[in-house]
Amino acid sequence: MSANDVLAVSFSFLTNVDFWINVGVLATTYGVFALGIQLNVGTTGIFNFGQAGFMAAGSYAMGIMVVRWDVPFWVALLGGIAVAAVAGILVGLPSLRLRADYFAISTLAFSEIVRYVADNWDGLTGGNLGLFGYTDSWNAISVRIDGWLEHLGIAPHFLLPLLVVNLALFLVLAAFVALLVRSPWGRVLNAIREDEDAARALGKNTFLYKLQSLSLSAALAALAGYMLAINISILSPANFDPVLTAYGYVIVILGGLGSYFGVVLGSFFLIFLLESTRYLELPLSDARVAALRFMIVGLVLMALVVFRPQGIFGKREELILRSRG
Amino acid sequence: MLRRRPGLVLVALLVATGLVLGLTQGWREIGQVTINGIVAGNYFALGAVGLTLIFGVLRLVNFAHGEFLTFGAYALLVGNALGLPLVLSVVCGVVATAVMGVGLEVVLWRPVRRRRVGELQLLLLALGLAFFMRNAIAFAAGPEDRATGANVTAGLHLGELRVGRTELIVTIVGLVTIALVALTLRYSSLGRQTRALADSIQLAETTGIDTDRIVLITWAASAGLAGLAGILYALPAGVANPGIGFSLILSIFAAVVVGGIGNAYGALAGGILIGLVQEWATLVIDPAMKVAVGFAVLIVVLLIRPAGLFGRGRSVDR
Repeated sequence: MSANDVLAVSFSFLTNVDFWINVGVLATTYGVFALGIQLNVGTTGIFNFGQAGFMAAGSYAMGIMVVRWDVPFWVALLGGIAVAAVAGILVGLPSLRLRADYFAISTLAFSEIVRYVADNWDGLTGGNLGLFGYTDSWNAISVRIDGWLEHLGIAPHFLLPLLVVNLALFLVLAAFVALLVRSPWGRVLNAIREDEDAARALGKNTFLYKLQSLSLSAALAALAGYMLAINISILSPANFDPVLTAYGYVIVILGGLGSYFGVVLGSFFLIFLLESTRYLELPLSDARVAALRFMIVGLVLMALVVFRPQGIFGKREELILRSRG
Repeated sequence: MLRRRPGLVLVALLVATGLVLGLTQGWREIGQVTINGIVAGNYFALGAVGLTLIFGVLRLVNFAHGEFLTFGAYALLVGNALGLPLVLSVVCGVVATAVMGVGLEVVLWRPVRRRRVGELQLLLLALGLAFFMRNAIAFAAGPEDRATGANVTAGLHLGELRVGRTELIVTIVGLVTIALVALTLRYSSLGRQTRALADSIQLAETTGIDTDRIVLITWAASAGLAGLAGILYALPAGVANPGIGFSLILSIFAAVVVGGIGNAYGALAGGILIGLVQEWATLVIDPAMKVAVGFAVLIVVLLIRPAGLFGRGRSVDR
């Protein structure tokens, strides 16, 4: 096989509808996930390293309510968000008063514990066999959306309804959070990032604001968790590896710290690149290819942080200002 | 009392807990889990002391420290594959990990410090490095379990208690190393300089300490001890896989925080403490959940004494 053949094989996926739908579904999922990280890190200046754990807590709570306790799907959706938001408060209460590095450790530890519990509490979570059977309601909705799309002259396609819902939700949430950080409430968060002592001197209860920021971010993670859960229709601890949190940070830094439009661009950019690598024809086992992809994510994160901390759209000062003098 | 004599209070608490567990769960059971706890405690302690030293000297939370443990275990496997006797493979593992740690300082951390990067950048670099290393090892060696070549079936019986022969050997090696580290820090000039740096790098510089040299030595010690910890974990377990370091890092962080971040003696004691508490907990809860107990201890310590049980430093706010 000549080099030309390899290239021909490699690029044909770009005209494949399934590829683009998949990129869209994943990019919106990670995008919503990264919105929360952006709110915490870019806007509030608290280093949440446990986003994958909040995502797991919210989506498992939803799945458990539907599968084990026969809670209606819509109620379970609200319930999962509530569980994640409360988890945010519970994690934040002891750790948000601490120095930034202790907070990062505590949140990362939390996310590992959630995964650990999911892996070992078989009766509730299905353990490493996974939890499934929560998608019935979604399947009904999906069929209805397919019907609407047909009215518009769009043929039904696998995962297309999910893409439509995800895309709408992602854009609405991005706009919502972007507006929120411009509100008086959001300006306090910004003030905390710039100079917490000054914000406190102005009479703001900065701890409470940080707690709210973390809790809202956890709720966003739960929504991202639903997108993932419905996409893969099985919840398993392996889906919530802390490497997800690294994905989120890559998106946030690519798009620029503090920029919500950047999150939208960054998520599509990263997922497009990552999914494209699936079509590289490598003479390696699947497990090695997966390891290679994670290696690249780690390396990209490091390179971005060192060489282009301002991302594509962000201002360099956003990160530099925070350096210890 | 807790503020003035934390060590004493802690020992009293431990003894009391041990007695209660012994009375309620049986003496043979408590004896066995205590042995398991000390076995686990010594690799937690060796992992924790390196992590805490690097934090003390460089203010760097090295999330990749768990991968240093994995690296050590795999360097041992390479030694085995080259046909070295097990003892030499262990040495090879420790030295290779120490060299890797020094290498990372030269090619990564020192240039990055020169660029005056912020706190978030450092944390993210360490996180990225952790994922990179874990998956580089998985990529190079495959994700599956690999046998470490130690005898894991032979064991000794002390009355009704059992301890594996390899477990016993690694525990003795671990405890001796812990004692050596503590003595070096306390009495040698090198140890004093390292502790001086951990207290204040500027002050240490003005007193004429060659900080670059001490930083390199600290990396060598931190990584070498991490490599040893990984080996001491993998030998009695009989196998290693690319995820072992990551699975241990949580307990190691708990040990570091319990001991007070930056406090080397605290980390050693914290490691043993976390090992004991996790193994004791298996008497009353599902053994699979023991790591969660380490997390619970971490949270409780953060709540009541955020500077750690032995810490003097500030942990609350910047």
